[in-house]
Amino acid sequence: MANMNMIQALNSAMDIMLGRDPSVVLMGEDIGYFGGVFRTTEGLQRKYGEHRVLDTPIAEGGIVATAIGMAVNGLRPVAEIQFADYIYPGFDQIVSELARLRYRSAGEFFAPVTIRTPCGGGIRGGQTHSQSPEGIFTHVSGLKVLMPSNPYDAKGLLITAIEDDDPVIFFEPKRLYNGPFVGDPAKPAVPWSTHAKGQVPEGHYTVPLGLADVVRSGSQLTILTYGTMVFVALAAAASLGVDAEVIDLRSLIPLDVDTIVSSVKRTGRCVVAHEATRFSGFGAEILSIVQEECFWQLEAPIQRVAGWDTPYPHAFEWEYFPGQARVATAIEAVMESA
Amino acid sequence: MNKRSRLHLPRPPARPGEKPDFSYVQLSPAGAVARPDVNARVRDLSSLATDMVRVLNDAHEAVGPWHPHLDPEELQVGLRHMLLTRLFDDRMQRTQRAGKISFYMRSLGEEAVSVAACMALKPGDMLFPSYRNQGLHIARGMALVDLMCQLLSNTRDMCKGRQLPVMYHSKAGNLFSISGNLATQFPQAVGWAMAAALKGEDHVAASWIGEGSSAEADFHHALLFAAVYQAPVILNVVNNQWAISTFQGYAGGEQRSFAARGPGYGIAGIRVDGNDFLAVYAVTQWAAQRSRTGAGPTLIELVTYRAAAHSTSDDPARYRAKDDQMHWPLGDPIDRLKQHLIKLGEWSEERHRGLTAELDALVGASWQEAVSFGTMSEGPKLDPDLMFEDVFKEMPRHLVRQRAQLRAERERARKEPR
Repeated sequence: MANMNMIQALNSAMDIMLGRDPSVVLMGEDIGYFGGVFRTTEGLQRKYGEHRVLDTPIAEGGIVATAIGMAVNGLRPVAEIQFADYIYPGFDQIVSELARLRYRSAGEFFAPVTIRTPCGGGIRGGQTHSQSPEGIFTHVSGLKVLMPSNPYDAKGLLITAIEDDDPVIFFEPKRLYNGPFVGDPAKPAVPWSTHAKGQVPEGHYTVPLGLADVVRSGSQLTILTYGTMVFVALAAAASLGVDAEVIDLRSLIPLDVDTIVSSVKRTGRCVVAHEATRFSGFGAEILSIVQEECFWQLEAPIQRVAGWDTPYPHAFEWEYFPGQARVATAIEAVMESA
Repeated sequence: MNKRSRLHLPRPPARPGEKPDFSYVQLSPAGAVARPDVNARVRDLSSLATDMVRVLNDAHEAVGPWHPHLDPEELQVGLRHMLLTRLFDDRMQRTQRAGKISFYMRSLGEEAVSVAACMALKPGDMLFPSYRNQGLHIARGMALVDLMCQLLSNTRDMCKGRQLPVMYHSKAGNLFSISGNLATQFPQAVGWAMAAALKGEDHVAASWIGEGSSAEADFHHALLFAAVYQAPVILNVVNNQWAISTFQGYAGGEQRSFAARGPGYGIAGIRVDGNDFLAVYAVTQWAAQRSRTGAGPTLIELVTYRAAAHSTSDDPARYRAKDDQMHWPLGDPIDRLKQHLIKLGEWSEERHRGLTAELDALVGASWQEAVSFGTMSEGPKLDPDLMFEDVFKEMPRHLVRQRAQLRAERERARKEPR
């Protein structure tokens, strides 16, 4: 075991996969010589050579499309899109091609491409460096969509994603790269070395897809969340003194419906929280599942916490961000009829 | 798979610790390139796309057929705009380092690209800038205070706090809103120009992107639509050699110039010394005349050097040779115009010092005024209610509700601080 922040854990996952599997190649803007704008691929080109860790032109559509072609020809590309906000030029290739290749060719062709991309706000990035577009991709049939919230899961899930024969969109909440974040920018930053999930095996291991992580067991309500909101939700519940069960979904597709349903059936109360915008967000899907599966056990209407339905504004970053106050209001609302 | 393969991987001529080498940059002597008629057919212009239009020679004289014969007063205005751009950049860089603004991007060494082009165009021409074209805003006469208030996201910010620093706009100044996404504005400029032609107007559109961004599909959309409709548009590729850490070879610049993509699409392409104020002015004027007379679009490659970091979040010492800009063969645009004016007897070191002091004072006074409208940490703040406006023309119910929710959240935070 070693202390790792999320960047080091992701780097370790790619290092291990480049070492184990000669078909793995990395590609992306500034990822090679420079090691990536967040340093996630630092040292990998030096170690594995320019022919395994490729710098690319600034063309997200080109990156995704060539990754598909390389994958079809036997490679296992891990493509970085520098910010999730920049993924849209690759959208057609992802939605119309990557997601459907296996289906339309009756399984004869497939493209085991992993697309890694930093998402979420909290770094003063304005509308072009802060988005959480996971819901746009979970709406597409044929994509697996992951979003880890800590170094241990990040490494294990990335290895699983690279080894998986289906395309995976792998979102990295950038505000969590260096430590668990409770949603208060005024508080001193806490490094991952202080957190159990910052303890990461140095070797190969996997975290299975489709398995949620119960990060806190509780009896009074269930908070279903993922990514940046995991630690915000934990802190909000703690500040109210409620015995919340907090579940980090981490694998959005495939989704661990069993863990969700058994928890809500037990607690009878549910809050769904994500940083992405609310309208047609992934939370709406979770809410529907809970309503369909747990209706007779619910003691109160399910509450949803999300970013506002506006672009991410530079000056109002913390008024936009669904911080502890917004989560606490939702928790109180579901607890009201208790 | 082998560590080596027959895949070609472009390499910059010098990495950290190596000697800067710009021998790959093909130069033409000043005055050597012919100036074709503005109505010349694209098929007769192909050498323009690979040669380099230059006017200022090493003796600081203006020579050759592209010499635009500007009055000394106009040259002095150009020098003033470029110097103001640089002093503004310097001050804003320091301001960011002091934590007063969140982010900044300098245009050091690229001032002529924006200033000379802007001066060669008419006020009614529409400009679609990228994020390193602050010289356009300055040459169009935007007040520094307005630019600074945007950088501060303060109560007088033209973007109402919604955009990252440097993403300016000016409807009145015909300066389109800067996106922050790359190359997106290039085909939009073509569309604007198509509308101008459809409406029977005389205006042209101009847009700027980096050579790195020319890799995006939007660059190709722009060229294709401009060619198909012969749109009155000037498409500028600012080849400053670097896209963050990625060398221009990764944008496809190793085998052929960026300007040469123009003729491939049936568009006039011109490669120009981007640090030569007179040459940039002359080719822009040529392209604008071409568009106004109905002879179609022009792709201009401005060969220059990004002398500073990509942004305040970047450290070029990690990926390129130290002090490499000192070896850049096309020199510094401000110094070259200054030396030319001195050669003409229309400028002096003393006047230059005086101008520098005057503009420094202007920058300082503008900053004092700008911060009176608020900074990130002090003074008046924008009302967070503004966040919900302008998503649509009229606010839909779900946003009205979210605005009320935020008000309650803030009220609660005020009453029971955590």
